[in-house]
Amino acid sequence: MLFLSGKQVSHFYTPHCMGIQQIFFLITLIIVGSAAVRSYGRVFRNIRLGRDEVIDGNEGARWKNVLLVAFGQKKMFTRIVPAFLHLFIYLAFLITQIELIEIVVDGVFGTHRIFAPFLGTFYTLIISVIEMLSVLALVATLAFLWRRNVKPVGRFVKPEMTGWPSIDANIILLAEIVLIGAIFSMNSADAVLQGLDSDYYPSTGKFAISGLFGPALMENWDKNVLVLIERAGWWVHILVVFGFILYLPISKHLHILFAFPNTYFARLEPAGQMTNMPEVMQEVKSMLGLGEGQTETNYDELPEFGAKDVFDLSWKNILDAYTCTECGRCTAECPANLTGKKLSPRKIMMDVRDRAEEVGRNLDSGSSKFIHVDHQTNGRLSPKNYDDGKSLFDRISAEELHACTTCNACVEACPVLINPLDIILQMRRYEILTKSAGPQDWVPMFTSLENSGSVWQISTERDAWTQDVNT
Amino acid sequence: MKPVESIAEMSGRGDKPEILFWVGCAGSFDPRAQKVTRAFCELLQKAGISFAILGKEEQCTGDPARRAGNEFVFQMLALQNIQTLNAYSIEKIVTTCPHCFNILKNEYPQLGGNYEVIHHTQLLKSLLEEGKIKVAESKSDRGKVTYHDSCYLGRANQVYEAPRDVLNHLTTQLVEMERNRAKGLCCGAGGGQMFKEDEPGDKRINIERTEEALRTGANSIVVNCPFCLTMMTDGVKAKDKQENIMVYDLSEMILKSMIE
Repeated sequence: MLFLSGKQVSHFYTPHCMGIQQIFFLITLIIVGSAAVRSYGRVFRNIRLGRDEVIDGNEGARWKNVLLVAFGQKKMFTRIVPAFLHLFIYLAFLITQIELIEIVVDGVFGTHRIFAPFLGTFYTLIISVIEMLSVLALVATLAFLWRRNVKPVGRFVKPEMTGWPSIDANIILLAEIVLIGAIFSMNSADAVLQGLDSDYYPSTGKFAISGLFGPALMENWDKNVLVLIERAGWWVHILVVFGFILYLPISKHLHILFAFPNTYFARLEPAGQMTNMPEVMQEVKSMLGLGEGQTETNYDELPEFGAKDVFDLSWKNILDAYTCTECGRCTAECPANLTGKKLSPRKIMMDVRDRAEEVGRNLDSGSSKFIHVDHQTNGRLSPKNYDDGKSLFDRISAEELHACTTCNACVEACPVLINPLDIILQMRRYEILTKSAGPQDWVPMFTSLENSGSVWQISTERDAWTQDVNT
Repeated sequence: MKPVESIAEMSGRGDKPEILFWVGCAGSFDPRAQKVTRAFCELLQKAGISFAILGKEEQCTGDPARRAGNEFVFQMLALQNIQTLNAYSIEKIVTTCPHCFNILKNEYPQLGGNYEVIHHTQLLKSLLEEGKIKVAESKSDRGKVTYHDSCYLGRANQVYEAPRDVLNHLTTQLVEMERNRAKGLCCGAGGGQMFKEDEPGDKRINIERTEEALRTGANSIVVNCPFCLTMMTDGVKAKDKQENIMVYDLSEMILKSMIE
């Protein structure tokens, strides 16, 4: 492959000395690749801590969600200003992938702008579009920094956003600015270099922005300086991208990847439909003598119902949590949160992810102190014998769970079809069915339902209202 | 309202109703919601629809228990209700409560209860359009009306337009609150909240929603749910605006405007 860089000169930063850069790129690529396999593998393992749930069928509707909601950003457009700002960054991100492929190919083979001679004017067009979108993305990034730090939008300053979540958001925005700066320095220097060394720098045509800025700004600059700027831009670009890839698994920004599977696996049933609990249904059926011939169940230990920890949630609930980018549209629409209650649907999602991460870290440690006391004797730490004495209830309080009106506003608001309500309801089930706890006020309601089949304990007959007949 | 027959009485004389009216706990016991129940029966009677109720055989659908987390109580009630409904070979159900509507329509099928379920606002819309219910032409003297979407008819089941279509038959001045349709704000009663005290906070949800309704300058708030009816009525009382604004169910609005 090194035949492509035959014309080597001794000076380090001359473009013809590609061997060193090529080796460095390949090493970086291997390091980043293996680190990515590890950290994404960890995320997938954490998602699979959740219980199995078969989500399939109706592929047409699922792909429609991916196309409209993830690719098409449909739900972003309920708030028009951030929708456009976000769209700029999103489009710039999507189309930059083409340039990124070229960068990786160039890096591996020691070539320079390998697509340019093949694509001709189309190359000029693509890079020009990338440049124009990058300018729009820069405007959007600055606006987003403004909306988070200078005049913060209400949903960005809720209690759950203090500390890491807001640092995380700013890191990404600053990285975007560095990335855009790198693209423009690379392209501008390249535009001038094309005139100085047309052998090595293939003609790309005039790009929309750097084609004007580059020559105007750098016309008579020293060639070595230009080469340095071009190389620095190229390397910073790819290193920021590599950094991004490794950063995503620990960041809210993972939504740029997970929005797609998450919308595909989103539930298609009406939002009002709660998931059935067949095990409870069978139990009650046999109590009522409606059993379909099954024998009475004998439990060795009392079964647990509902969700206490990430292990009891569906893997989809945990995928939801990793997909959440903490935009807070759910919380901004939540009637409980709007009226000062502690519940914040966004916090529910953040808590689930943090808990999955915590369990994941402990599992990675392999320490036997996380093995459940009953299973101490048999072998290695695994999700099956895991017990650290903690659960989701250490992060999500009963007060939060009890404030929910099940109104589905959070579900409706989420631009990537996350369902915080489903988690709240599973945790309520655990509280009531397994812990026999819950708000005291509900006890008379349950009693009345069991005794008289109505929500209120009332002495009149259910059809008493029919007696008031005016003839 | 003429006498209302139970399904037991109707079956007793070998007859079958076109539709079963599921009254619900609020519609059966809450004095204010009882008025809605009667208004809706009157509309059905005037439209010449043959209907029956389960009467003493009806039990709570189990919605508040299920949403509170008590699946056992829900399954008990639902399985018994399904036994009753299936024993009478019920095919079609109408409810005046969106919580009953949602659970009968979406959650009873997994337990073996399969029925065609509609909400009364949907039925009333078709009765108006078929001309089975006739309202007076003059719409102007009915004042400004605002419509409050219930969560379980709206977001839960995507029924936003049927009740508005009905209101547009009745008034020229249907005004929307800022948060409407998919963005409609909950009244604060769902998910078992109706049966407990609020968690600590700055404000009650029904007050927040009532203030929004008051800002429209409407004379009437129209709801489709007995719990919204209670919450919004309480909100209006708390704001001491009973003189300015009244809370009605959609069926009451129609009944007021009907030509005999």
